[in-house]
Amino acid sequence: MAEITELKQIASQIRRDIVRMVNGAQSGHPGGSLGCTDLLTAMYFNILHHDPLTFDPDGRNEDLLIISNGHISPALYSALARSGYFPVKELSSFRKLNSRLQGHPATLENLPGIRIATGSLGQGLSVSIGIALAKKLNNDPKTVYCLMGDGELDEGQVWEAVTYAGAKKTENLIAVVDYNKKQIDGPTDEVMPLLDLRAKFEAFGWRVIEMNGNEMEDVVKTMNRAKALSGNGEPIMVLMHSEMGAGVNFMMGTHKWHGTFPNDEQTKNALSQLDETLGDY
Amino acid sequence: MRDFDIINYKDTRSGFGEALLELGKTNPKIVALCADLTGSLKMNAFADAFPDRFFQVGIAEANMMGIAAGLTIGGFIPFTGTFANFSTARVYDQIRQSIAYSEKNVKICASHAGITLGEDGATHQTLEDIGMMKMLPGMTVINPCDFNQTRQATVAIADHKGPVYLRFGRPKVPNFIPGDGEFTIGKAILMREGSDVSIFATGHLVWHALEAQKILKQKGISAEVINIHTIKPLDKEAILKSVRKTGCLVSAEEHEKNGGLGDSIAQLLAQKLPAPMEFIAVNDRFGQSGKPEELLSFYGLDTPSIVAAAERAMSRK
Repeated sequence: MAEITELKQIASQIRRDIVRMVNGAQSGHPGGSLGCTDLLTAMYFNILHHDPLTFDPDGRNEDLLIISNGHISPALYSALARSGYFPVKELSSFRKLNSRLQGHPATLENLPGIRIATGSLGQGLSVSIGIALAKKLNNDPKTVYCLMGDGELDEGQVWEAVTYAGAKKTENLIAVVDYNKKQIDGPTDEVMPLLDLRAKFEAFGWRVIEMNGNEMEDVVKTMNRAKALSGNGEPIMVLMHSEMGAGVNFMMGTHKWHGTFPNDEQTKNALSQLDETLGDY
Repeated sequence: MRDFDIINYKDTRSGFGEALLELGKTNPKIVALCADLTGSLKMNAFADAFPDRFFQVGIAEANMMGIAAGLTIGGFIPFTGTFANFSTARVYDQIRQSIAYSEKNVKICASHAGITLGEDGATHQTLEDIGMMKMLPGMTVINPCDFNQTRQATVAIADHKGPVYLRFGRPKVPNFIPGDGEFTIGKAILMREGSDVSIFATGHLVWHALEAQKILKQKGISAEVINIHTIKPLDKEAILKSVRKTGCLVSAEEHEKNGGLGDSIAQLLAQKLPAPMEFIAVNDRFGQSGKPEELLSFYGLDTPSIVAAAERAMSRK
């Protein structure tokens, strides 16, 4: 289990991978990927009880993390490869023909670490509830985690799932909202204001906690707290305050890097801001 | 060859409910989900017998499909239950991404399909579901004809690995498949042999095709009736074998002509064995309120319509 200093080093490498992958593919979504990097690093290298080397699609007796906002696939693929699910060099095939690293995560190519296709938004929380129910039936004590984007909360299905988990007390479920307050067309406050998210989830029967998603110490501490709070008759919602593009100065503070790839010069600039800690792929 | 007579009158959805209960007893991996239509889907018996394996999700079909997909991660075999319209059109992208593209072993069980839902009208009568579901790569599509066959199909799909769409109906209709009849996914059933015209029917219209065969016989026409309970994968061999013999055909289904069984058969024959073909199906229109038999007659899906279509197909040989 990696500790804070090491986690920060891994996160820096994952950010490099993200920038190089979207530049290499000349497409992809760097903004949200960079914003979620600290969380994914903490999850795959510290929080999750999982077995990357012998991938079990059923995930028996493992903690599972479902990425509902599938467009952050560069961050997910890098975290999976760096934690041992598949060879790191395979990251260079991202979004290319006949790759296992599809634009959005998919199961069809049998990429270890992926258990459900996501990308069409709003579906991952429902799937996570199903996995949580299966774990209960199997007397499997492990936890199901689900990461969603905040723009994704516009989808009606999310609220069907939020209703179910709160009402039916899906207590082995921890959801995280990447609360960066930006979506494709602009700030969420302009596109579709989210209003008081904490009050909304609490009204649906969830226990809500918050964290700074780009402070590794806070991420590890809060996700451990979420785990401690789970299993007590309530699903847990973590509002993760984050910065789209975190770690690359010119990608921060704007929604414009949601789905735009950096050119070679911008890539060079971005990489100069990120230490190569584990060796580039 | 065994002939088929009416054993009794029963609704196909009760065949589903009975089989689901049986499956619950024999296979601990079977779980069921319902979107506030437990009574209509005849899932009460399963829900009462196995409360831990039954999930009431409320009127939230999209969430139901996602939860079902999730339950397969952990080894369960989920059967979802709601009306056919809410099992398909309402949740098409959820099925597409979370179930079909993700290769999940979910059984989508859909009642009240087609026009024979009756009085509730077109909002609830789906005539497009077979088309939508057969377009999804990897999806198996089954439309059994009566109570016994629905029971047999329900048992069969539990043993099939992969997503399945099982479509059945609301009204009490003739039950004529023997209780011990064989059911193999993808294998058509030759109901009555003939040599002049082939009638390929699915669902409730199989009985009407059998009735039409009797009338055609009185007219001196030998019709072959084949029960295509599995629309995908289609039993191509059975279809080609019959049409090679008869040289013309009729497809009969309680569905839109676009995207239905007839469509699949026409694609097959256009490439392998072009032959005069007539379609018994709803032609590019919505349904309406009425009694099931009235609606079948109004939309040209009844026995006399099949007889007339067979004569038209023969005249084009």
